[in-house]
Amino acid sequence: MMFRLPRRRVAQVIALVVILLLDRAVSPQFFDLRLQDGRFFGSLIDVLNRGAPVALLSLGMVLVIATRGIDLSVGAVMAIAGAIAASLADSHGLPLVLTAALGAGLVCGLWNGILVAVFGIQPIIATLILMVAGRGIAQLITEGRIVTFASPDLVWLGDGSLFGLPVPVAIVAGMLILTGAVVRGSALGLLIEATGGNARASELAGIGTRAMILAVYSWCGLCAALAGVIAAADIMGADANNSGLWLELDAILAVVIGGTSLFGGRFSLLLAVTGALIIQAMNTGILLSGYPPELNLLLKAVVVLAVLLLQSPRLAGLFGFAARLRGAKA
Amino acid sequence: MDNGPNPDRALLEVRGLSKSFGALRALDDVDFTLRAGEIHALLGENGAGKSTLIKAVTGVFARDGGVVRLDGVDIAPRTAKAALDAGIATVYQEVNLLPNLSVTQNLYLGRQPTRFGVVQEREMRRRAKLLLAEFGLHVDVARLLGEYSVAVQHVIAIARAVDLSARVLILDEPTSSLDRHEVEILFRVMRQLAGRGIGIVFVSHFLDQVYEISDRITVLRNGRLIGERETASLPRLELIRMMLGRELAETTSERAAARIHQARDVCVSFEGYGKAGYLAPFRLELRHGEVVGLAGLLGSGRTETARLVFGVERADTGLVKVEGTTVRLQSPRDAVRHGFGYCPEERKTEGIVADLTVRENIVLALQAKRGMHRPLSRAEQDEIATRFIKLLDIRPPEPERPIGLLSGGNQQKVLLARWLATEPRLLVLDEPTRGIDVGAHAEIIRLIRELCEKGLALLVISSELDEIVTYSDRVIVLRDRVHVDELHGDAIDVSNILAAIAADGSAGAHESRP
Repeated sequence: MMFRLPRRRVAQVIALVVILLLDRAVSPQFFDLRLQDGRFFGSLIDVLNRGAPVALLSLGMVLVIATRGIDLSVGAVMAIAGAIAASLADSHGLPLVLTAALGAGLVCGLWNGILVAVFGIQPIIATLILMVAGRGIAQLITEGRIVTFASPDLVWLGDGSLFGLPVPVAIVAGMLILTGAVVRGSALGLLIEATGGNARASELAGIGTRAMILAVYSWCGLCAALAGVIAAADIMGADANNSGLWLELDAILAVVIGGTSLFGGRFSLLLAVTGALIIQAMNTGILLSGYPPELNLLLKAVVVLAVLLLQSPRLAGLFGFAARLRGAKA
Repeated sequence: MDNGPNPDRALLEVRGLSKSFGALRALDDVDFTLRAGEIHALLGENGAGKSTLIKAVTGVFARDGGVVRLDGVDIAPRTAKAALDAGIATVYQEVNLLPNLSVTQNLYLGRQPTRFGVVQEREMRRRAKLLLAEFGLHVDVARLLGEYSVAVQHVIAIARAVDLSARVLILDEPTSSLDRHEVEILFRVMRQLAGRGIGIVFVSHFLDQVYEISDRITVLRNGRLIGERETASLPRLELIRMMLGRELAETTSERAAARIHQARDVCVSFEGYGKAGYLAPFRLELRHGEVVGLAGLLGSGRTETARLVFGVERADTGLVKVEGTTVRLQSPRDAVRHGFGYCPEERKTEGIVADLTVRENIVLALQAKRGMHRPLSRAEQDEIATRFIKLLDIRPPEPERPIGLLSGGNQQKVLLARWLATEPRLLVLDEPTRGIDVGAHAEIIRLIRELCEKGLALLVISSELDEIVTYSDRVIVLRDRVHVDELHGDAIDVSNILAAIAADGSAGAHESRP
């Protein structure tokens, strides 16, 4: 076994660095940072800021995928949470707005979890239900209009700054630390990885897999709701048709790029967020380069393909075969 | 029994067939002869090599060595399709047909009669009706296959196979999900086909059925051929000895070391515990420091007992008492909380979590028992893993190696460690030495003895009777999902166990099977 693929951890970091360097090549000011009014500005900060919603989604998604599940409804949950936040923003205080929006996300996640854990519905189908219905719910809340608001508190969540960073970036950092503390500070991480790796064996080892699955889908719903609030705050309004549209796919992509297998098991929160940043760095790079944005979709497809091929055991087998051939010749 | 037109002609000949999976020799120089027009039972316990033999003959597995001849011609099919083209058809326990298509479509899938490229629907139905009528089956061939019973589906699968001009028909456990009446339908079809000169290989673990239908019997054990006999001249006890027994000579002396535990307290007891259609209610008392062996043939209810005891299956009658107190036992989680542990037979699918490390696999049950809010620190995990790696001599002694890379014997030791770490009061071991090399085998038996010295109650299932005799204080014998006998003290020896298994009290027992 002379041939080894690069260690996963390293692969994602290299990918991010390469893409950032390419961005630098198309836009020479890419790495410039300046401090203005106590806040950093620059393209790198933009990448973090624009990438915040998907990064938040990927924090929830990575846990779901680690249990060998998937959540297609996160985009729709974003729309619901955004719609609730926008509708309440001008008449109620921020605490109530947040409680209502995040609470709705939690309920959505719990619903998914119940379908999966209690009724044993396949995750992709179970969450497809809310993916379709959720957007309808969001439209009912906004009564089919784009609801705008002016509440400075909520707007601050979108374009304010905290510790020199845009608020969304600070929120992602906070959620990353919080999720990490909950998952790795307790035994939850190990139990999730065991369940995703072999659900049957985990159950026989006495793990309460059902409660755990409820918990991860709920957390995923909560993260999605937070992403929805930020997205709404960013545009000072809620567009039930377009908020979070297709972002579930970006979130899944981020998790997969982050090295978590769709077959469950090992996961890394940090790498999932790195995956989200890789996606955003590509998006930003294409915009800066002046190429048509349509190219973005194509490029994403190529990156997905590359990552999946790297994870394919068959390809590893092929490489191993080639390596043996070389070894035999030598 | 009708032996067909030409009883002595060898239709299918297998000579010196071998197949290994890694270090495990699944088939070792096996011969097998099937005559035209006979029904030939292929018997053996789990892991004996029956399925491997079938799959090596039909091209599902590539064989390592040996010859397969059909009508005197060497064949080497590389896929199941090629075997079928050569004339060997296999019908597996789970019917490989499509329940969402019609009976006709299933019969002619991939070979629909066409005219100018258009499927002749009516012609197809007519032929389907005729074909099934040959087997005395009159069903509406336009209806979906899934609407019919498993028995009818089996007959349809057989009809499809035979219509593809099969000369050898292999039936792998066809009767395990059938009731008595359905078995009769199937047997009638089998006899009819044998009458036409088709050779039938019948794999089953229901001995009554084997005696009812088969002309000859071939027994495999641990990948080797044990013998080929005429059914009529093979007594049941002898057959069971062929399937289970090993060298019986020196085993009795082993029991000299048997300990006396009768004075110890009852640890866990089950009263009238059972589940309809799964296992007849049984009474089972397990004392501290006692090893109770469960003996019986495959499918007799050994694993079923273990699963009820560990809460994997929920009982619908009876009581469980732990240290004298009645408790709830609805799930493995409950069982773990009461201090039970369970090493299942299917180590790969139900035991190990292959991607996780040896350390993580060891601490898993203890962590589950503590709950996720009380995580074991990394230092505690390391200490536990290192301690058990040393205690059980797990190799290689690397806690951070993924368990999937360890040998079967070492994986088994890790699973033992997983439960020992929870300091259980009762440990259930289902075939703890299956697929394990001889060295690790002896070590695991030594461990079993040490464990009960420490007051642990053990319930052990094994197909290796001399193994059971070696460590058991009591042996419970099962037959047809009923606990039928219990042996104590000096009565525990291989021949008594065999006699209890073979005792002919099984008439009518099949009626209750689901």
